[in-house]
Amino acid sequence: MSLKGKIAAVVGFIFIVFVVTPWLIATTGRSDLYYTLTSVALLAIAGAGVWVTFYIGRINMGQGAYALIGGYVCAILVVKYGVSFWLSLPLAGLFCAAASVLVGLPILRLRGTYFCMITLVFTEVARLSALALPITNGAKGISNIPLPGPIAVFGIVLVPDFSTLANSRLAFYFLSAGLMVACFAGLYRLVHSRMGQLCLSLQQNEELASSIGVNIANLRVIAYAISSFLGGIGGALFISISQSIYPSSFTVNDSLNFMLSCFLGGLGYVFGPIIGTFVLYFGWDFLFTTGEYQLLIYSTVLIALILVLPNGILSLRPYGWKRGT
Amino acid sequence: MTQVIVNGLYLGAQYALIALGLTLIFALMNVLNFAHGQMYVLGGFVTYTVYGQLKLPFGVALLASGVTLAVVGAVFERFLFRTVIRRSLREESTMLLAAATATLLDAVILLLFGEKQRGVPKIVNGVLNTDWLIMPYDKIFVGVLAILGIAAFMAFMQFSKPGRAMRALAQDRVAAQLMGVEVDRYTMIGFAMGAMLAGVVGGLLVAATGVNSGIGGPISIKAFTMVMIGGAGVVGGAIVGGFILGMMESVGLSVLHAYGDATYLVIFVALMIFLSIRPNGLMGKPWG
Repeated sequence: MSLKGKIAAVVGFIFIVFVVTPWLIATTGRSDLYYTLTSVALLAIAGAGVWVTFYIGRINMGQGAYALIGGYVCAILVVKYGVSFWLSLPLAGLFCAAASVLVGLPILRLRGTYFCMITLVFTEVARLSALALPITNGAKGISNIPLPGPIAVFGIVLVPDFSTLANSRLAFYFLSAGLMVACFAGLYRLVHSRMGQLCLSLQQNEELASSIGVNIANLRVIAYAISSFLGGIGGALFISISQSIYPSSFTVNDSLNFMLSCFLGGLGYVFGPIIGTFVLYFGWDFLFTTGEYQLLIYSTVLIALILVLPNGILSLRPYGWKRGT
Repeated sequence: MTQVIVNGLYLGAQYALIALGLTLIFALMNVLNFAHGQMYVLGGFVTYTVYGQLKLPFGVALLASGVTLAVVGAVFERFLFRTVIRRSLREESTMLLAAATATLLDAVILLLFGEKQRGVPKIVNGVLNTDWLIMPYDKIFVGVLAILGIAAFMAFMQFSKPGRAMRALAQDRVAAQLMGVEVDRYTMIGFAMGAMLAGVVGGLLVAATGVNSGIGGPISIKAFTMVMIGGAGVVGGAIVGGFILGMMESVGLSVLHAYGDATYLVIFVALMIFLSIRPNGLMGKPWG
């Protein structure tokens, strides 16, 4: 795709997300869609994290753990210490990144199925820790988390208090969609930077990369930290919308879904997680009308989709996109 | 103390049988079978239907569980996994497929059998009650059957022709093919056998503790744990891993029972530390 085409696609996407979608929702009166779209945006952010770990050749099934940790850090900071939401959101992400360095240093030595299984177990560890630790309030969880407050610089209100807004859903939608766009823009930049190329070399052959002087141990911890940062941000924002968090807010199933949406969108494509999450979430919602057969139809369609498009939805390559874009 | 050890052995025998199926599928196809727990639950429900509802003998019920799951496994391999492995650019796509089949089995189980906890009448009545051990006879019966199952599986892998073919496949797929092993056929048999083992253990479980549709996922995680302890794709490792997990669970539950789920937390954290020291498990081959 040419540079002009890329710019047109990006502008078009932003236009659709921030202008067309709110306008469509306003005209059709389906304001419940805001919640769905917000969830898609947040899950796509966390999914982007899984995608980053895939980019260094690891299958990450522990993203649910970081979403849970991020959610708890944000909730505890806001509720118990009265920290502003806008400060605790990045803090939650940074806490997750720091935690992931500690966890990642040993387990990133594992590969393939082993890494996949150990991260899955890590999701369980996070859930069980949330149940056992005193600060997380056990199975009762933390509820009544206040909505994000205002941001004011020199007396000028930049972001209004969410609880005074007539439609806080719209505010959350813009916030999440904005974060999603920023996250994927950053991801695109990362993938096409020098570090992205190094990560790709890791995905293809670690020994070879190491032998030509790539510091693989460093690189994979950095990539894993970025991944967990995104997971923590996604989780923290998610719980501030639902205003409550429980140990079962993010479980093994969520970890699996993050991975599924990455695979479904296509692992070779930066924007795979957005497409995958969108299809998974809306497909699931759409099938709600089928009642008890929902799960059966959903999984059958999923299997059919994997059989027909084993390399992801984006492998259809509508405009002749190169692999890796 | 004896009580704890015997409980651990009983759990371990069942776990080892589950892990054997998982590790067999992994060794042959490099597929991590997420649906293993669900296959186990399905086996439990088949036994429940045949033995509990239709009142046929328990042996027939176990056989039915095994055969049903073997068919399910064979169909999965032939029509789903084989196709995806052939078409996909990368091997990891099978993991997505495995997760999807787990959801599919969950849905089928929920539709056919509902979400209630199901149990069957006791196979053997009575309780073994000595001054150092209290154990219901049916648990002993189930434990012995599980150990017999492990022995039968090992003998099959060691001495039969299909077993030898599968071991060859696990060692080196290309070399096995060059030596005239029908790779496709034995891969299918292997997948079917792995699924069958899960089904048979499910049948044993329903006799001892009952079954419900929600336990598939947690069982899969436990199975992964055992395989990781022993080393993926190694038969001996699966058995050792199963017994270690069973023993840890039994000891943990008796020492830490005041703290609820803390046992599993300790086990999982210990596992993560263990794997960072010995990434391939106790007996696993180095990866990659």
